[in-house]
Amino acid sequence: MDPITTITGKVVAIPTENIDTDQIIPAKYLKVTNKDGLGDGLFETWRYNADGTPNSDFVLNRPESAGATVLVAGKNFGSGSSREHAPWALQAYGFQALISPSFADIFKSNALKIGLLPIIVDEDTYYQLVSLCEEEPQTTVTVDLASQTVTLPGGQRVSFPIDGFSKHCLLNGVDQLGFIQQQESDIAAFEASNLVALNTSLRG
Amino acid sequence: MSTPKTLFEKVWDAHQVRPETADTPAVLYIDLHLIHEVTSPQAFTEIRERGLKVRRPDRTLATMDHSTPTTPRNAQGIIPVIDPQAINQLDQLRTNCAEFGIPLFELGSENQGIVHVIGPEQGATQPGMTIVCGDSHTSTHGAFGALAFGIGTSEVGHVLATQCLLQRKAKTCAVRVDGRLGPGVTAKDIILAIIAKYGVGGGTGYVFEYMGEAIRALSMDERMTICNMSIEGGARAGMVAPDETTFEYVAGRHFAPKGADFDAAVARWRTLPSDEGATFDHEMRLDADELVPMITYGTNPGMGIPITGTVPTLDEMGDASARTALDKALAYMALEPGKPLLGHPIDIVFIGSCTNGRLSDLRQAAGMIKGRKVAEGVRMMVVPGSQQVRQQAEAEGLDEIFKAAGAEWREAGCSACLAMNSDVVPPGKYAVSTSNRNFVGRQGPGSRSLLASPLTAAAAAVTGVVTDPRTMM
Repeated sequence: MDPITTITGKVVAIPTENIDTDQIIPAKYLKVTNKDGLGDGLFETWRYNADGTPNSDFVLNRPESAGATVLVAGKNFGSGSSREHAPWALQAYGFQALISPSFADIFKSNALKIGLLPIIVDEDTYYQLVSLCEEEPQTTVTVDLASQTVTLPGGQRVSFPIDGFSKHCLLNGVDQLGFIQQQESDIAAFEASNLVALNTSLRG
Repeated sequence: MSTPKTLFEKVWDAHQVRPETADTPAVLYIDLHLIHEVTSPQAFTEIRERGLKVRRPDRTLATMDHSTPTTPRNAQGIIPVIDPQAINQLDQLRTNCAEFGIPLFELGSENQGIVHVIGPEQGATQPGMTIVCGDSHTSTHGAFGALAFGIGTSEVGHVLATQCLLQRKAKTCAVRVDGRLGPGVTAKDIILAIIAKYGVGGGTGYVFEYMGEAIRALSMDERMTICNMSIEGGARAGMVAPDETTFEYVAGRHFAPKGADFDAAVARWRTLPSDEGATFDHEMRLDADELVPMITYGTNPGMGIPITGTVPTLDEMGDASARTALDKALAYMALEPGKPLLGHPIDIVFIGSCTNGRLSDLRQAAGMIKGRKVAEGVRMMVVPGSQQVRQQAEAEGLDEIFKAAGAEWREAGCSACLAMNSDVVPPGKYAVSTSNRNFVGRQGPGSRSLLASPLTAAAAAVTGVVTDPRTMM
């Protein structure tokens, strides 16, 4: 994974609460065995009409939204299914950071694993961003991960929380699987000392 | 004296390969890793590209459930798969399991079924375990006093390669359900009521522990229904302390310890319940005495009401954002605010899923439908959660009851819960579903889902309209 330090980009807002991962990427796109085509299915039911033509009312289909890299959405974003296809689809479409008052637990964990930055802001900042996007569709923000801040167009800086380890991994491009593999001696010792509690073999 | 601990804390502490610090999350050991065809292929690709092996194939169990058809077997006794993408996914799972030595329950074989039905049924799910799967309804297994939660595909790769996950410790929430359920009111109604009361984000960051008189009185099947939908309340996991009901369920199952090993295991499992005086970070409450059958009217599982109630009005919503959400949901559902749901025509009834696809669910639905007919114009699909459930139901003659009433008796799988196969609710049609999610398009593009218990769903199948099951018992 490439390190993330700063993200400067155009913002689009979908000011809807509880956007579930079925809305982000419908189940029919989950039949792939790789990550192909997921960007095309992002927000499918909102992006396309029943006949498959683009829905011109949907924010991502407006010409001024082209090239947006930061998505602002209502609270509890990514609820429901644990499908990592949801962050994959957002990333494939071009999003690098997401801003919301809250994220569902599994979605947030999945997003962090692939370097799609979930940014939690207070409700006031959220509504401010939604208004900014409505008034000026070319609104851009700058996210600085090291200082954990988002800079809004007027220069206002808003700080956001992030788990220290996740931040370290994103800033330095640390591979989390590699990190766990480095604990091999501890894992082996744990298994050796817990044989009774872990005595079920599925081959048995 | 040591500090009193909750059930969650005991399971968590017992599985820390390395405790968490300010700088690093805990390295948590995983006892059981369940996999299926949809969320595992990219994880296998990842470990293969890195030249890694599956560390503990003996702690990994695979099944086929999500994209599989539930259509009848052919003359050779095989369930035909037509969808080329599904064929490819199932082939990849076969290849991956064969290459890495992972036990696989093949489509149509005697133990195949929905991943959260087969784990408990085979005795692979046991108290005190840590259990993960690339599926959010892994919370189901918490019914045994296991710490069980859904993970993404990157983490599936982590567990395949290392049998461990990096995790921050969750906060704890006691969900107390006092009182006793009345006739016709079920475990499904308990969990729908909790989510309606506390919202779909109410449990974010927490692990639920369900407790109280009403929970103790439930069977394992019913406890699984409740833990299953913890995720719909935002909680990643839900747990119930193991007791005699739990031990009795596990005893004798295929992967369960036997003889003296089982006795020793029960002795360990008896130490798992939360200690007297253990504290929780948060608490929720529900009174089972007051509960009536629940049904959802909207597009998330928190949009639920007592079946005798009315669809909320915009005025009842707390803020502008909630009003907008209700407005959108009712437009999609084509339902009117302030009106009752009772008597509303329905088109499809779906009995099944990891929420309500177990034998006791089928018994309840069959009891309601016995000697009656599915209403004209209504399609009723009955999809057992596993081949074992299917066989047991057939041994009891439940299939004949369903078929005699005009319902479809199908093969086991996830089916219309997420409509990855051909079991789809057509656009604009209303489905009373025993599954777990009523999201826009969840059961097919334009589908309108009303989530309810098997009793409520079966009652609607008979009358063709939303019906209080208590009036038909």
